[in-house]
Amino acid sequence: MLGFPILTFIVFIPIIGMLVVLLLPKENEKGIKYTSLIFTFLQLVLAAILMANFNYSAPGISDLNSFQFVENVRWIQIDNVAFLGTIKIDYLIGVDGLSAPLVLLSALIFFIAAISSWSISKSPKGYFAMFLLLDAATLGVFVSLDFFLFFVFWEVMLLPMYFLIGIWGGPRKEYAAIKFFIYTMLGGVFMLVVMIGLYFSATESLSDGTQAYTFNLIALMNPANYLSDGILSPLNPNNYRFIAYIGLFIAFAVKIPMFPFHTWLPDAHVEAPTPISVILAGVLLKLGTYGILRISFTVFPEITRDLMWYIALFGMINIIYGALAAMAQKDYKKLIAYSSISHMGYVLLGMASLSTAGINGAVLQMFNHGTITAMLFLIVGVIYDRTHTRGLNDFGGLANQMPVYTGFVTVAFFAAVGLPGLSGWVSEALVFVGAFGEEVTRTLAMISMLGILLGAGYMLWTMQRVYLGEVPEKWSNLQDIDKRELAMFVPLTIIIILIGVYPSVMLDMMNTSVNTLVDFVTTTLVN
Amino acid sequence: MIMSESGLIILSLIVLFLPLLGFTTVVIWGKRFTKLYWFEVGIMVTSLLLSIYMGFVKLGSYVNKDIIANITWIDFGNVTSIGPLSIELGVKLDNLTVIMLFVVTLISALVHIFSLEYMKGDKRFSRYFAYLGIFTFSMLGIVLTDNLLMMYIFWELVGLSSYLLIGFWYEKKSASDAGMKAFLTNRIGDIGMFIGILILFTSYHTFSFDEIFHQISIGNIPFGSNAWLTAAGILIFMGAVGKSAQVPLHVWLPDAMEGPTPVSALIHAATMVAAGVYLVARIFALLTADAMLVIAVVGAVTSFVAATIAFTQNDIKKVLAYSTVSQLGYMIMSLGVGAYAFALFHLVTHAFFKGLLFLGSGSVIQAMHHEQDIQEMGGLRKKMPITYYTFLIATLAISGVPFTSGFLSKDGLLAGTWAFGNLTGHWLIPILAFTVALMTAFYMFRLVILTFHGKPRNQEKYDHAHETPFAMTMPLVILAVLSIFFWYTPNPISPQDGWFYNWIETPATVVPQETRFDFMKTTEAALHSDEVHAKVVHSEMYEEAMHHVHYPAMILSVVLGGLGILFAFLFYQWRKLDPDKLAEKIRPIYNGSLNKWYFDEIYEATFINGLLVVSRIIAWFDNTIVDGIVNHTATVTRIVANISGWFDTYVVDGLVNFTAFINGFLGLSLRKMQTGKVQTYIIYVVFSVIILLIIFKPF
Amino acid sequence: MFEVGLTHYLIVSSFLFAFGIYAIVIRKNAILVLMGVELILNAANINFVAFSRYGNFGLNGQLMALFVIVLAAAEAAIALAIVLNIYKTFGHVNVDEIDKLKE
Repeated sequence: MLGFPILTFIVFIPIIGMLVVLLLPKENEKGIKYTSLIFTFLQLVLAAILMANFNYSAPGISDLNSFQFVENVRWIQIDNVAFLGTIKIDYLIGVDGLSAPLVLLSALIFFIAAISSWSISKSPKGYFAMFLLLDAATLGVFVSLDFFLFFVFWEVMLLPMYFLIGIWGGPRKEYAAIKFFIYTMLGGVFMLVVMIGLYFSATESLSDGTQAYTFNLIALMNPANYLSDGILSPLNPNNYRFIAYIGLFIAFAVKIPMFPFHTWLPDAHVEAPTPISVILAGVLLKLGTYGILRISFTVFPEITRDLMWYIALFGMINIIYGALAAMAQKDYKKLIAYSSISHMGYVLLGMASLSTAGINGAVLQMFNHGTITAMLFLIVGVIYDRTHTRGLNDFGGLANQMPVYTGFVTVAFFAAVGLPGLSGWVSEALVFVGAFGEEVTRTLAMISMLGILLGAGYMLWTMQRVYLGEVPEKWSNLQDIDKRELAMFVPLTIIIILIGVYPSVMLDMMNTSVNTLVDFVTTTLVN
Repeated sequence: MIMSESGLIILSLIVLFLPLLGFTTVVIWGKRFTKLYWFEVGIMVTSLLLSIYMGFVKLGSYVNKDIIANITWIDFGNVTSIGPLSIELGVKLDNLTVIMLFVVTLISALVHIFSLEYMKGDKRFSRYFAYLGIFTFSMLGIVLTDNLLMMYIFWELVGLSSYLLIGFWYEKKSASDAGMKAFLTNRIGDIGMFIGILILFTSYHTFSFDEIFHQISIGNIPFGSNAWLTAAGILIFMGAVGKSAQVPLHVWLPDAMEGPTPVSALIHAATMVAAGVYLVARIFALLTADAMLVIAVVGAVTSFVAATIAFTQNDIKKVLAYSTVSQLGYMIMSLGVGAYAFALFHLVTHAFFKGLLFLGSGSVIQAMHHEQDIQEMGGLRKKMPITYYTFLIATLAISGVPFTSGFLSKDGLLAGTWAFGNLTGHWLIPILAFTVALMTAFYMFRLVILTFHGKPRNQEKYDHAHETPFAMTMPLVILAVLSIFFWYTPNPISPQDGWFYNWIETPATVVPQETRFDFMKTTEAALHSDEVHAKVVHSEMYEEAMHHVHYPAMILSVVLGGLGILFAFLFYQWRKLDPDKLAEKIRPIYNGSLNKWYFDEIYEATFINGLLVVSRIIAWFDNTIVDGIVNHTATVTRIVANISGWFDTYVVDGLVNFTAFINGFLGLSLRKMQTGKVQTYIIYVVFSVIILLIIFKPF
Repeated sequence: MFEVGLTHYLIVSSFLFAFGIYAIVIRKNAILVLMGVELILNAANINFVAFSRYGNFGLNGQLMALFVIVLAAAEAAIALAIVLNIYKTFGHVNVDEIDKLKE
């Protein structure tokens, strides 16, 4: 382990950055931008250090001792409260193989989004302050192991996102922002209820030997910690646990977003500025699936086992429905937004299989989708910056006009299509291996494969409409990408190809945890 | 010098990765160093030389040994309820592999050289060679793999290179359309293939061919049912249906002729489309009787349908494209009927003569300044003698005329179908096969006669035509030489005497006895024999049947081929019969053939439009219903909020305001007492004191 | 002969007090109001001295009277200064119209 609390640094470095940005005069746009870039870069460096010191064989999941870089500080403690006894909330953070790849992904995507934010001209000070706050909150969610802390970060994330869309967005930004906000808030309410229910159902012994209610996720995973009369206790013969599971699932499903809670996504993406779309698709969507894996699966293993088929069903619907809807879009960004819905369906499908390959595939798909979709949104951003239109039918022949750019487009498109050798395929294939391998999800996996055909359909059609053919007269003086844009594309491209060729770089990191998770969810007896 | 096994593996990896190196180099630096395509060409020639060397070593020193090397690609560790699980990649060198390596690298190298002239002046000249490089890499990957996963990976990668090369002239909408069509059509097959692979992986937790075969041979059946085994075979075969352009997924191949002609030669005639055949050959051991029958029927129907279409096409490349589809159908059919070695032999010979035909057509097209319509040609024999004679040799080969390579392979293949008919009673397959033999000879000679013989029909273009330069004729000559029999066997009428049959052995069928054809069942004696080898070969029944039909089949095929050639001459050379009159008589059939039996139109009307309609409905549904519900929820919430707001304003807030009003009223009235005059206040004080005194009466 | 006692003093002082109050309340002129105040103070003084003479308080009352006289002098000085200032500000010393406090 390292000699300093690296996770705290990773989470709070953007906050420091935010303070610095706030102290700078608002005319100093360059200073603000460089500050943000430097702080996100510092975060990325720290994430890289984290990876370098990561122990690949520590499982995590349900055992706090095998989590890494754990920091456990009592945040709030009030003794002798009437009826409740001791109230305590911990600042408990740590990573395992499930969260580490996502920490790396977030740090990377925020860094790239910071580069992409260079073109923001409307009050950059406020923008970058919000941006950095969002960064901190997102990372906070990924490392929290205390439900309360998780919830706090989860809700803190909403605010900057709301303003980033609502102020720096497109023509219908207010509508999109409020829609995003209300949807996620709705989910948050469900989560809050379940969180409180769980709090009053389980206890944990404190250092002085007394029992206290707990928000500690690790403690909540252990059936032995539940009180026999707790409202969400597995020992309690009511079925509130089932309802709680559904509620919590909806909270996360909104973020994924899962059909039928997905309609905020296309609007949010279309209205959000490019870097925010990148973050939204690249990182924020992963929070939903991450939450399901981290909390729903482990705290409610018995219900997860019962509902495998339904989760897979929604995964399948997402895949097919998203792909079909994408095919009919005329707006480039909307198309990518729907393709995101489709691709997140693979994550659901893989998770639902409850198998090593499937969940590895799901987590890897989160990572890959993060990089690939980030790149796709950057690609849209490049032409939107130049032409201020996103109509798919307004273009043509850009391959001749912007050859370097089209090269990156080809990589990103084929990664999204699921071409072997690029990262998207590896995770999709693993998801299918997992989902097909389990009898429950087999049929759904087979139907879902239509998704890879449809995916190829809309992607290649887009390729043809935008990049192939003859250049329309009005775009005949478009410039190819500059150095700054190159700096965004190159790292993503390298990662996409690297993981496609040698997925073990990521898989080895998560595999131990995934195996433990599968083991835990499939074998834990709750009563 | 004898190379070690690991040396061979390393060599094979070098051959595999050299073209990839070429691709990467050219893609990254192609803009800066415009002559970099020479590097790519050099790499291809090196690969060719290395694979020739490998062929000698393997066939010389390790002829009866398969060399396999594996690495772990993904390690899942110890998995619940499965145990150790990992995904491995590996290469396998057997005799078939090295032969295919040679074929692929040879044709690839020749196409590279040919393209130096053919593509001269193209604005994306180096990019073209880069694409050829990645294609060669992918194709070699398919050839070298020892497992289904890698097969699938490279399978998709050849799909990519095919997409890139078909759409190479992407400014033309038809070209980018064709590329997309090829990719998507292939994807349909690939989905089936992937499901098939998953069936096997789920059951055996390995992708390796040999381990899967081993598991099946010890009676371990997927999900405990023979139906799943059959399904696995047919599903994997679906991949071949896509890639090898079998009915009903054949529609992409003719369109793929939008690509540059050397590409058609390399990818869409000689190598990539044969990958399907290669795939079926690789999984041959796990095909059940039902699966084989499906394969045979698909192959036979494909070869027949394609041949009927080839009759009426006027685009030189389209004719060749359909003849390719037809010949691929032959190979697939041949695998389906169990004539394994003949199918692969035909694959090899076909690669050479079809590559030659396409390169020849490229030469013609170049000479005619990109005219592809054979009705505009004619008489080119005198202008382009080398092209003509090499083209003629290839045509003789594809028609199955003795002393050519095509005769050897086609004859064996036809005999195989006949024997199959004999043994199983499925006569449809041999009948279709022999009919196609006649048709092939006819339409191929129609093509030769219309292109090279007779009088020029377009004098102007004819006048400008000239023989193409050395870089283009040299590959033609090499391939023409390879289309002669003596490379394959010393005895021009018996392919069995050749090396191919010594080196390529039909693999053991491993499926359970009850799911095999009778003629493939292991005999009782062999079953109890200790010798493993005895259990694997065909039963004597089949050998005998083959022996019986060998000469009759040969004679029949030669006669039918001759008839086909004769009719072609009667119709088009000597004009004794009028093709137009015949067409008039059978107008519906003629139109059907001319319009490719309306496959494209039907697909367009059903699948493509259906899909677009469904996608629009979904998008509408999403926008109107799902989002509508959300927005309506919002509206309803707002109505409720308004009511609540009204209540709040007028009732709750009303009370509050009332209180305030009262206070205000009191305040207003009391305010008047505050005059700000000290005197008033003093009066108040005095009176207050008096009142207090009166009330409390202190005295 | 008629004996003058405490009661008489008190009656005189009450009248003085009442006149003082009357002057304060009725008069508009600040100077006259001030004179009212002086009357009240002197009424108090008479009370002090009377109680000192007839009560059991020693000399305290007379001392107090001296204090009040001094205080009254000081008060008069300050109050007159204020009145002068008021006059400077408003141009008159009519207390009815000096009601800035109300606002």
